[in-house]
Amino acid sequence: MYVLTDNFSTYVEGFVGTVELTVYASLLALVLGFLMASFRVAPVGSFRVFGAVWVAVLRNTPLTLLFFAVLLGLPRFGLVLPFKVFAILALGCYTSAFICEALRSGINTVPKGQGEAARSLGMSFGQTLNSVVLPQAFRSVIPPVGSTLIALAKNSAIAGAFSVTELLGTYKTLNELGYSIIWTFVWIALGYLIITLTISAIFNYMEKRWGVAR
Amino acid sequence: MAVDPLIELRDVNKYYGELHVLQDINLTVGRGEVVVVIGPSGSGKSTLCRTINRLETIESGHITLDGQALPAEGKALAKLRAEVGMVFQSFNLFAHKTVRQNVSLAQIKVRGRKKDESDKRSGELLERVGLAAHAEKFPAQLSGGQQQRVAIARALAMDPKVMLFDEPTSALDPEMINEVLEVMQQLARDGMTMVVVTHEMGFARSAANRVVFMADGRIVEDRTPEDFFTNPESDRAKDFLSKILKH
Repeated sequence: MYVLTDNFSTYVEGFVGTVELTVYASLLALVLGFLMASFRVAPVGSFRVFGAVWVAVLRNTPLTLLFFAVLLGLPRFGLVLPFKVFAILALGCYTSAFICEALRSGINTVPKGQGEAARSLGMSFGQTLNSVVLPQAFRSVIPPVGSTLIALAKNSAIAGAFSVTELLGTYKTLNELGYSIIWTFVWIALGYLIITLTISAIFNYMEKRWGVAR
Repeated sequence: MAVDPLIELRDVNKYYGELHVLQDINLTVGRGEVVVVIGPSGSGKSTLCRTINRLETIESGHITLDGQALPAEGKALAKLRAEVGMVFQSFNLFAHKTVRQNVSLAQIKVRGRKKDESDKRSGELLERVGLAAHAEKFPAQLSGGQQQRVAIARALAMDPKVMLFDEPTSALDPEMINEVLEVMQQLARDGMTMVVVTHEMGFARSAANRVVFMADGRIVEDRTPEDFFTNPESDRAKDFLSKILKH
């Protein structure tokens, strides 16, 4: 019962670690997902193939395996970075595949004629995508992107297994100190709830603000 | 034949899988000419119209615009498309932008005009199609006929050399067809080069220099409207006209 108040700083440290992982990995996932979605609808065949392979590989690899590959594999090729950065890379790349597909489904909701009209006016592929198609696709991808980022927040727990400071990992310390495992996990769960409910709230707001009016 | 050819199609062929939708199409459109393309559904007339700015690719043949061969994908194609205005059956106004923004967008992005300069030009064009009062509305707030007139203004904003109309009145209520046709008549009188795919025989008679009749992916007749409507040569055209002119 007193595990939270006794070890508040440990909890806060873990909480902040999870928040950091979530925020940075989300940003990476959004940027990469956006890029890959553009690739997948590009007029150039090799870009489409690259996007498709990116999604196929990352979406179909178990996240834990991906963590192993990045954290243990990359240093073998001479790339040595802090484990936290590796964790963000793994999480961000993994989630970008899902973001890409959510964006692409959004792009597919925009009638084909919108893009044709833009192209017939002489707009380039990039201009068409950025000023005509994506602003309309954006409205319909808010809910799925929200779900994907919530999944990312929870997936960040895997980083704890690779000695990155994050919320779930705090249980090990507390368990060794002899605290009740039940209460330890209750407070950890509450920490995750705070993060995921915040993401929900942000996306609910965005949906109200920009979502498709029906 | 036209003296000063602006659009030339030579031996153009297109397939949709097994279906041979355009078969050895040869067509020349002269500068300032209004060519109306008519024919039964599935005859390839919309496809023909869309190949001219490469919204549809072709399998063989040559298309030249103002002496220039139609480029493949990329910057050169975008540049050329800016010279070719296109009006669609389903209007395709940008749903998330106001009427004025619809007309201004490509002026800013493609022509590199300043925003206030573009908006001024958009205002003039909207005035010309009789919609200046609706500039701040969104497309969904307009009737079909109004949306199509905005689409014409949007295409004109690029100062195109030629305008393509792909069944511009087919999605409109009967009472809105005329307001669109009037704008098109005016354009024709002003000397705009136009290729119009339509079922409006009245427009073909009054505004066209030539009528191209298509059936089954081929150009069957290519004559003046007078000749075509009063004295069609082919059985296919006679059959078509007898069906549509009966009522």
